[in-house]
Amino acid sequence: MATTTAPGTKYALELVNRPTDATYYVRNMNFWYGDFNALTDISLDVMPHSVTAFIGPSGCGKSTFLRCMNRMNDLIDGTKVEGTMLLNGADIYGSGVDPVDLRRRVGMIFQQPNPFPQSIYDNVAYGPRLQGVKRKSDLDDIVEDSLKRANLWKEVKDILDKNGLAISGGQQQRLCIARVLAVQPEVLLMDEPCSAIDPTSVQKIEDLMTEIKDEVTIIIVTHNMQQAARVSDYTSFFLQEVAGQPAVLVETGKTGDIFTTPIDKRTEDYITGRFG
Amino acid sequence: MSDSGNKTGKLVMVSRATQVKEAALATLFFICAFVAVLAVFLIFAFVAWKASPLFSQIGLWDFLTGTQWSVEDNIYGIVPFLLGSLIVTAGALIIGAPLAVLTSVFLSEIAKPRVRNIIRPAVELLAGIPSVVYGFFGVVVVAPLVARAGGGAGFGPLTGWIILSIMIVPTIATLSEDALKSIPMGIREASFAMGATQWQTIYKVVLPAAKIGIIDAVILGMGRAIGETMAVLMVVGNAPQLFAGINAPISTLTSQIVLGMSYSSGLHRTALFGMAAILFLISMALVLTVRLMARDQKRKTKKKDKRL
Repeated sequence: MATTTAPGTKYALELVNRPTDATYYVRNMNFWYGDFNALTDISLDVMPHSVTAFIGPSGCGKSTFLRCMNRMNDLIDGTKVEGTMLLNGADIYGSGVDPVDLRRRVGMIFQQPNPFPQSIYDNVAYGPRLQGVKRKSDLDDIVEDSLKRANLWKEVKDILDKNGLAISGGQQQRLCIARVLAVQPEVLLMDEPCSAIDPTSVQKIEDLMTEIKDEVTIIIVTHNMQQAARVSDYTSFFLQEVAGQPAVLVETGKTGDIFTTPIDKRTEDYITGRFG
Repeated sequence: MSDSGNKTGKLVMVSRATQVKEAALATLFFICAFVAVLAVFLIFAFVAWKASPLFSQIGLWDFLTGTQWSVEDNIYGIVPFLLGSLIVTAGALIIGAPLAVLTSVFLSEIAKPRVRNIIRPAVELLAGIPSVVYGFFGVVVVAPLVARAGGGAGFGPLTGWIILSIMIVPTIATLSEDALKSIPMGIREASFAMGATQWQTIYKVVLPAAKIGIIDAVILGMGRAIGETMAVLMVVGNAPQLFAGINAPISTLTSQIVLGMSYSSGLHRTALFGMAAILFLISMALVLTVRLMARDQKRKTKKKDKRL
């Protein structure tokens, strides 16, 4: 794999050009919507057992990049990916790779809570049932365990047969997290999970992220600088400098470093609130 | 008032002319909306009034449960027509509803825009074909085929089912597609992101979520089928007899009313109005069912944060 690190990007941590123990190993990745080159030359390691935050102004491609990581962009016609993206050493865009199987291993939480209009129980049991778990007692255990890990069990344990849409937005978002955790994913992608919900639920979600990151590598896209600083171990800053031009990864490193001693002037400007 | 020249700080009073104009417009809109209500009421009142002698002269029980219909003998039992309508409608639904629902799933979930833009107008066009044309098609094309395959003249329930099932496809498919499209994209994404295939997403998430809307669509299609007259009249044979096989002629409420209306008088005419009233009640019951289901659905997903 004769690639180099992206020339424009500042790396606080040295990036090596061979598969590492990184959960995601991304080198020189480009992404197109039709003719539009939305992301260019992204190279990045996502470390296991940690929380990585993607930050940047609106439209900077961070969500697009996140959706490349479980091939959700495949669902949009005319999208194209070039470069290398390995998940635990396996090329996720390799020929013959089944995106459906990939998505079983890489869970995703969206900005708008999107529980199915079914009971809370059925929501959480959805993934396990897809994978063939049928025994009621097994499902019961998975549902309880997942809801506990999502910090929601205490609130819903007596109303499991209630419609998933009948609880508050913040509870719905935690229900979605429980639904994803029920299939034991290796990675959890979170696309601005806290921007549409109440502060109490935000607190609970941030807590659970810290609690589960040892088992599940977490990547979170957020607009909230404080949140990135609070919950993440690593931070990557994306930026589209000129409208119509591809977005780039400006800088990536340990969250503490990015927030206190950013290498790139643009990172510093963004973090100190000078734009975006 | 967006009068930028008024800088004195005084508020301008609403003029009398504006008040009158606003009130007049509101009344006009109300009257337009009220015409529908009035029409329903008047038609039902008229039909009920014309049908009312049957209580004393035929007897409601004999009318509803009599299996014999004979104008010469003044015997008016509508069971053959009730059954005829039921058989024709049920058969049309059994064939047409799955066809229409699967079409709507294809249009809403699977088809690429290019394909969708060909199929959807075609389906909608089906709704625009006059029913006499369907009937004509039934007489000229379907009936001979049915006759060749099953014997008889080809006029009976089977031909009715084939024609009517095509006729209700646009009603059901369009409404069912609306129901599917109203399901938020987010829950499909959620399902895909869980590692579900497209089929699993449709079968386990989208269809259950749209269930009520789809059932509504089928019920409205049923209303369309039960009320359809011309095409049915042309292909079912119109013999006032009980169901005697899929190729034996039968008659329905609607076709019987049309056939009798032109020459009937006296008790015969009363009986026809009685059948019209029954049709009216059936339609009303169908619409009411749809309404009640929609309300029930709303209640179920309503947020009840306070309880938590």
